[in-house]
Amino acid sequence: MQAMPVPPAVEVSSLVFRYGERTALDKVSFSVEQGEIFGLLGPNGGGKTTLFRILSTLLTPAEGSARVSSFDVSRQPLAVRKIIGVVFQNQSLDRRLSASENLIHQGHLYGLRGEALKNRIDLLLELLGIEDRRNDAVDTLSGGLKRRVELAKGLIHQPELLLLDEPSTGVDPGARLDFWEYIQLLRRREGITVLLTTHLLEEADKCDRLAILDQGRLVAEGSPRELKEQIGGDVVVILSSRDSQKLSSDISRQFDLEPTIVNGSVRFEHPQGAELVARLMQALPEQIDSVTVSHPTLEDFFIRVTGHRFGEEDPAGDQA
Amino acid sequence: MAHPPSKALSDPVANVPLPAVSTGAPATRPSFLLSMSTLWWREIRSFYRQRSRVIGVLATPLVFWLLLGSGFGTSLRTSAGDENYLQFFYPGTVVLVVLFTAIFSNMSIIEDRREGFLLSVLVAPVSRWALVLGKVTGATTIGVLQGLLFLPLAPLLGISVSPERIPAILGVLLVLSFGLTGLGFFFAWWLNSVQGFHSVMNIVLMPMWMLSGAVFPADGAAGWVKGVMSFNPLTYGITAYRHYLAPAGVQIPGPSIETCWAVTLVFGMFTLAAACYQAGRSSPEGLG
Repeated sequence: MQAMPVPPAVEVSSLVFRYGERTALDKVSFSVEQGEIFGLLGPNGGGKTTLFRILSTLLTPAEGSARVSSFDVSRQPLAVRKIIGVVFQNQSLDRRLSASENLIHQGHLYGLRGEALKNRIDLLLELLGIEDRRNDAVDTLSGGLKRRVELAKGLIHQPELLLLDEPSTGVDPGARLDFWEYIQLLRRREGITVLLTTHLLEEADKCDRLAILDQGRLVAEGSPRELKEQIGGDVVVILSSRDSQKLSSDISRQFDLEPTIVNGSVRFEHPQGAELVARLMQALPEQIDSVTVSHPTLEDFFIRVTGHRFGEEDPAGDQA
Repeated sequence: MAHPPSKALSDPVANVPLPAVSTGAPATRPSFLLSMSTLWWREIRSFYRQRSRVIGVLATPLVFWLLLGSGFGTSLRTSAGDENYLQFFYPGTVVLVVLFTAIFSNMSIIEDRREGFLLSVLVAPVSRWALVLGKVTGATTIGVLQGLLFLPLAPLLGISVSPERIPAILGVLLVLSFGLTGLGFFFAWWLNSVQGFHSVMNIVLMPMWMLSGAVFPADGAAGWVKGVMSFNPLTYGITAYRHYLAPAGVQIPGPSIETCWAVTLVFGMFTLAAACYQAGRSSPEGLG
């Protein structure tokens, strides 16, 4: 991006989408630079899947625009489709066919054939470590291996932008880590831009930059580190079996802080959390059951900008 | 099961320095014929990997045919003289195989639309026509192949099929299968549940088959049924089939062979156009 101006890989401006009365996306704007791994983080129902579908040309926005490498997704869908690779949350492989049969069909859809297609498939299967299973029916592969075949399918035509919808859904933690290593590897090798949606904070932490969506609005954008640094200092969470409200107002009065109550616990941010806690324990011993002091996480940031917790637990973890 | 990624990561090719920036648009030149034919072939390949479906498409019509055909025996006299019901019911059974194939293949559109294979086709640079044609020609091929499996049964029943008529029989099956698959596609595209498709099957497709002269001849039916039958495009397909199975010189009641062909062809083209029109629009909820 040094020499000549390169258009952003993705540029979304004032995007609005409605399902009937409900506004799923409300004037969302952000841009993704070439070569980035960009995460759309948000709780389920936050609007990220809608945004994903607009970028993959399945939905047309009501207002605003979305561009992929300067092509407008609603006006030039065909041009966009040629340069995006899409990996859906759900399985898109024909489970009765083998991995390489699936990849051959996919290549044909993009006009690839013959030797060029064969070489591409060989390369991807080798990179992703699924070469030895290439002739097995997809049905017989584990969840993690299926995800890798999906990834190969999305990359068959060397797209400029890879769109991943909830890449970790239904994948056990070990395979999840693998998947990330493959993403990093592919970015290095193919110089690809990656945009992914996730509701997992630890996954978001691995992205270069993030956009946080909550209830259809973009509430923050930046690198995970920048976002966490905005908190400045430590996060203190106090559990009290008594009246949290009273504890909160006592802290506010005696220490000149502005604590918030989230899910019954009192929390605040402070540059020197640990030192403060000692004073706090002396001042209000009978009201405090336990105190946690920690470095800020993305969840802390999320709570700060939205006023509520990130929401549900990871459902995929239970399935695995 | 954590699969060690190290195998790929430590692979020598991974360390070969490559240009970091994408080389721009790759040589992606989508081709209509290639997309269509790969979708056609996938349809066939996928179908024949499912034993249960292959058998299901054949077994139900076969059971219908044997039980109903033998059950009625000679109690139903048709105008074709000494023909028994097993013989009369034969063309209807073959058409039922074709119909079932069309139904099953379109059922997968519904399963595939919200998730799965179809979504990945929709985000590829593939025209909707190629998508429809791939699906419809795939299901047609399967329908004809499955229908042909019934052909050797005909001589066992005393129905003589003269070899020079086989191409014509094939042609009828082909066009009929095409039309029925197109019709199924038309319905399947905007339905979002398999249950919904079951009702279409029960309310539209099965009655269409029952009132096509497959199960009973038109000449003995009540007036209104006769009326419905003459408007049913499937009637003409079945009658065409009967023409080709009839012994030389025997006149088949109903429309002439030319009319049968004309109606069946128009039906095929009409449903294909309807299916393409349907696929060109987004579904009501924007595909999920």
